[in-house]
Amino acid sequence: MDLRYTPEELAFRDEVRAFLKENLPEDVRQRLDNGEYGNKEDLVNWSRILNQKGWAVPHWPEKYGGTGWDPMRQYIFLEETQKWPAPQPLAFGVNMVGPVIYTFGNEAQKARYLPRIANLDDWWCQGFSEPGAGSDLASLKTRAVRDGDHYIVNGQKTWTTLAQYADWIFCLVRTDTQVKKQEGISFLLIDMKTPGIEVRPIVTIDGGREVNEVFLTDVRVPVENLVGEENKGWDYAKFLLGNERTNIARVGMSKQRIARIRELAGKEMSRGRPLIEDPRFLEKLTAVEIELKALELTQLRVVAADAKRGNTGRPDPASSILKIKGSEIQQATTHLLMQVMGPHALPYHDHDIEGSNMPPIEPDYAATAAPSYFNYRKVSIYGGSNEIQKNIIAKAVLGL
Amino acid sequence: MDFDLTEEQSILKDSLDRLLTDKYGFEDRKRHMAAPEGWSAQMWASYAEMGLMALPFAEADGGLGGTPVETMIVLESLGRALALEPYFPTVVLGGSFLRFGGNDDQRAEYIPAVADGSLKLALAQVERNSRYDLHHVETTAAKDGEGYVLNGQKSVVMHGDSADKLFVTARTAGGSRDEAGIGVFLVDAGTDGVSVRGYPTQDGARAAEVTFDNVKVGANDVFGDPENGLPLVRRVVDAGIAALAAESVGVMSAMHALTVDYLKVRKQFGVSIGQFQVLQHAAVDMFVAIEQARSITLYATMMADSEDENERGRAMHAAKAEIGRGGRLCGENAIQLHGGVGMTMEYAVGHYFKRMTMIDTTFGDGDHHLHLLSAGGGLFAAA
Ligand SMILES: Cc1cc2nc3c(=O)[nH]c(=O)nc-3n(C[C@H](O)[C@H](O)[C@H](O)COP(=O)(O)OP(=O)(O)OC[C@H]3O[C@@H](n4cnc5c(N)ncnc54)[C@H](O)[C@@H]3O)c2cc1C
Ligand SMILES: Cc1cc2nc3c(=O)[nH]c(=O)nc-3n(C[C@H](O)[C@H](O)[C@H](O)COP(=O)(O)OP(=O)(O)OC[C@H]3O[C@@H](n4cnc5c(N)ncnc54)[C@H](O)[C@@H]3O)c2cc1C
Repeated sequence: MDLRYTPEELAFRDEVRAFLKENLPEDVRQRLDNGEYGNKEDLVNWSRILNQKGWAVPHWPEKYGGTGWDPMRQYIFLEETQKWPAPQPLAFGVNMVGPVIYTFGNEAQKARYLPRIANLDDWWCQGFSEPGAGSDLASLKTRAVRDGDHYIVNGQKTWTTLAQYADWIFCLVRTDTQVKKQEGISFLLIDMKTPGIEVRPIVTIDGGREVNEVFLTDVRVPVENLVGEENKGWDYAKFLLGNERTNIARVGMSKQRIARIRELAGKEMSRGRPLIEDPRFLEKLTAVEIELKALELTQLRVVAADAKRGNTGRPDPASSILKIKGSEIQQATTHLLMQVMGPHALPYHDHDIEGSNMPPIEPDYAATAAPSYFNYRKVSIYGGSNEIQKNIIAKAVLGL
Repeated sequence: MDFDLTEEQSILKDSLDRLLTDKYGFEDRKRHMAAPEGWSAQMWASYAEMGLMALPFAEADGGLGGTPVETMIVLESLGRALALEPYFPTVVLGGSFLRFGGNDDQRAEYIPAVADGSLKLALAQVERNSRYDLHHVETTAAKDGEGYVLNGQKSVVMHGDSADKLFVTARTAGGSRDEAGIGVFLVDAGTDGVSVRGYPTQDGARAAEVTFDNVKVGANDVFGDPENGLPLVRRVVDAGIAALAAESVGVMSAMHALTVDYLKVRKQFGVSIGQFQVLQHAAVDMFVAIEQARSITLYATMMADSEDENERGRAMHAAKAEIGRGGRLCGENAIQLHGGVGMTMEYAVGHYFKRMTMIDTTFGDGDHHLHLLSAGGGLFAAA
């Protein structure tokens, strides 16, 4: 047993850092460091830079553009880019639909979609959840009825993240209503420009515009856009959700936020001294650091086990631990960052109302603190809520 | 011991609750928020008509002679409605300065105007580097003939952009963190040199950054002892904390009611999600936290008018720490139990969560008060 990185891994880490330093525009880094919402342009530009380097989709098989890195290198890359911080790849394409397509799709689909995902030519969104189908995803009702060479799709998706930018949506649709609910679901790729699709924004409690309702009315989808077999969509969805869970631990992001907390707690004053010198505050922060260190090692254990076993496409149920602990730590750090601001967390900085000519309310770095805390309540809800993750562990790991 | 409300207090509670149920639904609130001042002038007038503004003042001063219990009743109801009007800064904070710090002339001049709803007040106390310390004051008040000249900057002045007059803490002597040498001045918002920049707050209310640039105040604008005003400020803020605790009880019970209703109606896996024991227990944890908050609020309310600064302070530290802890537990669970719906601006529960969070950043968060209480020897050892 050796918990240290090998010299080769350390050299690889330095290579990643050097690449980030060289290629990521500083203004993009600063916006992310400051906790601002990522914007489309920054992400598209960065994805293209990565793709040119051949690093846009490290975990994909090499023949589809992957790097051939072992899981440890993939992990190092992920962590370094999150810590930097660099824009994170659009998960809906790179981590979700991409792997589904190269695992279950046909050759024509692979050729058509995969290169465009890697280069972020196509912006994908995830059409799983519906108003009546959240945790109970398999109860989804959006119908797809075969009509010659097409499916006619009718229904409603909701909470669709960044659908306002999307070129494509991958949807779970019901193709058989006569069988057990999991057995009548198919996985369809739908062009967002198809007539009959309407996207309506849902504003989140922090004032953000990241989720949407997507209404589908008589949407004609070519049969060739079915992934894999009809009525086997639930298997592909489970495969996809398992991948989502591992990505949700976000150890690197939490490290970045902790660095940010330390930096800003050095600027904000408490009892006449910088807050970072307040032992009570430091103890709270340090307690989170301990949890994060343990989570990092837990994640590395999952990564190492994966490497040994080879990717079976079946996530270890223990990966639910990563989701639970990862989300708790993200929520703890956003709360701490808000606490750093003290009373200055209160102002709501709305650029729409104020106009850009007003100077920011001081300190300007407080603007995102409370909204991030509010917004990050989502991480224990989406991707399978923490209650659902605990149900999975209880059943699949503990045998209860 | 008697935990019951008097008949008059029950009537007050019922009639205010009725008014707010009728006129302050979630949709009404959105409309009030969109008004230019960010709250409803009509509701303000209704509160005045009901006598809410006159409530805490002595009958001899033109008030209704209410006790902190009446203030508790009002704030709990306003909290349940997430009311946006400047009642707290005007009547609770401003009113306390008038009651505890005003001389005969000042009380005669201002209390009738507060009581009839025509005068709105605010407290300009927080500064860029003060964090939660009431004694950290860099704003200066230099003697100028009979009066003073104020210079400095105040942050997050709640409803500072609606206030006709501002109570300002400013330093007449000593260093920025000395407990002595702090004075309290009442400044008309229209005075030369006062600039007010209003903005919305995270919880949908309003606040302002206020700058004082050579602002002249007269001798009769001084409240209390200009060389030693901190005890007055503490007394006022303590009254404020008791009121915020009461508001929190209203906020927490409202979000709990929404959550329990939601658990009954939301169906997943063919059953209402309230069937899942883990969610039942979370709702029970919220319920326990609310009852604890209610009890500690009663304790704070009983102490709110106490002349004993230490005893009163301990009660307020305990209350603020407890509602900080319980409020966060309630708010976070309320969102979690709603799932995605809880994350939306369109639905009420998130607004309660945000208000609860911002109450914690007002006059010291839970950690701050836990620190002060423990540094002062705790709650029981001192008894
Ligand atoms: C910001 C955000 C972005 C999202 N992005 C997307 C997206 O891009 N695409 C997409 O398809 N979906 C997306 N989602 C939807 C997300 O996956 C769902 O919100 C999630 O599955 C929970 O479903 P729900 O919101 O309907 O809550 P519900 O399932 O109604 O859950 C409500 C509460 O009940 C609990 N609960 C439910 N079942 C059980 C059980 N069996 N045992 C114990 N507790 C239970 C839940 O844990 C939760 O606390 C997003 C959600 C959010 C908040
Ligand atoms: C120190 C001590 C003193 C006691 N004194 C007395 C006494 O004076 N008189 C007397 O009659 N009994 C007494 N008891 C017994 C006590 O009442 C039982 O231990 C108790 O009722 C739990 O029953 P059990 O031990 O069989 O555990 P179980 O009922 O088997 O419970 C095991 C676990 O399952 C949980 N559990 C059980 N049912 C549910 C459910 N429906 N939902 C969720 N969780 C559940 C329990 O909370 C517990 O964590 C005493 C026990 C102790 C430990």
